[in-house]
Amino acid sequence: MCEDCCPDMEQTLFYILAAVTVVATVFAISEKHPVHAIVYLVTSFFALAALFYLLAAPLIAMFEVIIYAGAIMVLFMFVIMMLDLGHPENSARPGFWQWLPALLLAGATLVALGILMSNRISIPDKAAVVSIRDVAVMLFQKYGVAIEIISMQLLFAAVGAFYLGRRGKQ
Amino acid sequence: MSYDPIDIGIMFAKIALVFFVILTLAAYLVFAERKVLAWIQDRKGPNRVGPFGLLQPLADLIKLLTKEDFRPAGSDKWLFYLAPAMAAIPAIMIFSVIPFGSPVTLFGHQVQLQVADLNVGLLLFMALSAIAVYGVALGGWASNSKYALLGSIRGLAQLISYELSMGLALVPVVMLARSFRLSDIVNAQEGCWFIVYQPVAFVIFLISIAAECKRIPFDLPEAEGELVAGFHTEYSGMRFGLFFVGEYINIIVLGGLAATFFLGGWHGPLLPPVVWFSLKVLAFAFLFIWIRGTLPRLRYDQLMHFCWKVLTPLALINVLVTAWWMVLRG
Repeated sequence: MCEDCCPDMEQTLFYILAAVTVVATVFAISEKHPVHAIVYLVTSFFALAALFYLLAAPLIAMFEVIIYAGAIMVLFMFVIMMLDLGHPENSARPGFWQWLPALLLAGATLVALGILMSNRISIPDKAAVVSIRDVAVMLFQKYGVAIEIISMQLLFAAVGAFYLGRRGKQ
Repeated sequence: MSYDPIDIGIMFAKIALVFFVILTLAAYLVFAERKVLAWIQDRKGPNRVGPFGLLQPLADLIKLLTKEDFRPAGSDKWLFYLAPAMAAIPAIMIFSVIPFGSPVTLFGHQVQLQVADLNVGLLLFMALSAIAVYGVALGGWASNSKYALLGSIRGLAQLISYELSMGLALVPVVMLARSFRLSDIVNAQEGCWFIVYQPVAFVIFLISIAAECKRIPFDLPEAEGELVAGFHTEYSGMRFGLFFVGEYINIIVLGGLAATFFLGGWHGPLLPPVVWFSLKVLAFAFLFIWIRGTLPRLRYDQLMHFCWKVLTPLALINVLVTAWWMVLRG
């Protein structure tokens, strides 16, 4: 791989992708138009996926794109188009009290990040790419019961949504 | 391991070759489609430009490039301009993971005939085909036209539904090959093609990719009879050309993937591997054109019911049966 011979290039790529992620996310939050916000968010997911790939986690990178960019954001867009929500002129910008919880949460995250960074965690080993087999064994052998419980919960949620959304008998 | 200039040069040459071959092939696929449809319908088809009309794609290109690049009033400028690229680029990017021939030796270097042999190649295909949805959806929405919007909403629902059955049809392939890497999948079929073990998965995959490239009988997003031209109604010139060529690139790429997953990729007797791969891809392209000339368009509710009530459960049962078979066989 090229990353082994030129670590500088990898670092440059990392900073470019990180900048794209942060800028696109900021735009996704500040953009008034919901469809534009979705496009920015998808850009951010894409850059994030590339970052995961650089950090030797190709499976996570692909899931980031397939699940978040490819499924969840598409459903968001579907709802926005179906309900005709694309009229930003009617919506007001959020006031201070609506911003406050988000700011508090962001502050808490930043502090946690600062503590983590001051502890100097070791960077993942590039040579030891996490293989799909490792992830599968971890998920379905070590945490198999937890996965089953979570999937049952998702099933209940889906059945519940279906029940609420179905038309009553005439 | 470090790269030397020859390796980097070969890499760029491979990328350039893939771009050139796919774009040319896509242009000639349009020509082939017109010829074959004409043949099916007992007409002559394009036969005026060059010998047998062979220069028709070039004439079409000049026409598209010199047409006015029109943008309707009230449309969303940036998304309107971006959407055709969003439809065509993921399609051509998918080809980077397809192995199109056995490794060859050039200038003393072992060269894989594949642009990138990722260990998550199959998932990259799923990811990029999920991203291709945005071109259709945003193109129709940004046009500010009700026909285009209807087409793009239909396209959205259709593409994400059929992606599910397509993904489930590929699970048995991964189980048999025990890898997401496309070169491993091809090598696992050296003795026996996966279509022999997995005929059901192959049929589900074939139907799903027909729906993924929005071809008749699944061309609801652009149904001419009801929606003018669906999501690309408002596009003209080369931007329409990008949507159009993107569709044919999609046919080539999905045909190549079907050959890779079920028909042994480049494996085959007598002929050289690259020829075998091309033959398989062209056979799929011909099949799609043949289907277009033969079948009528489905109704929208039939399309969605077929996916969710027939294909997806069938694919799930197929995954279960394959799993049991593999466990019992040991």
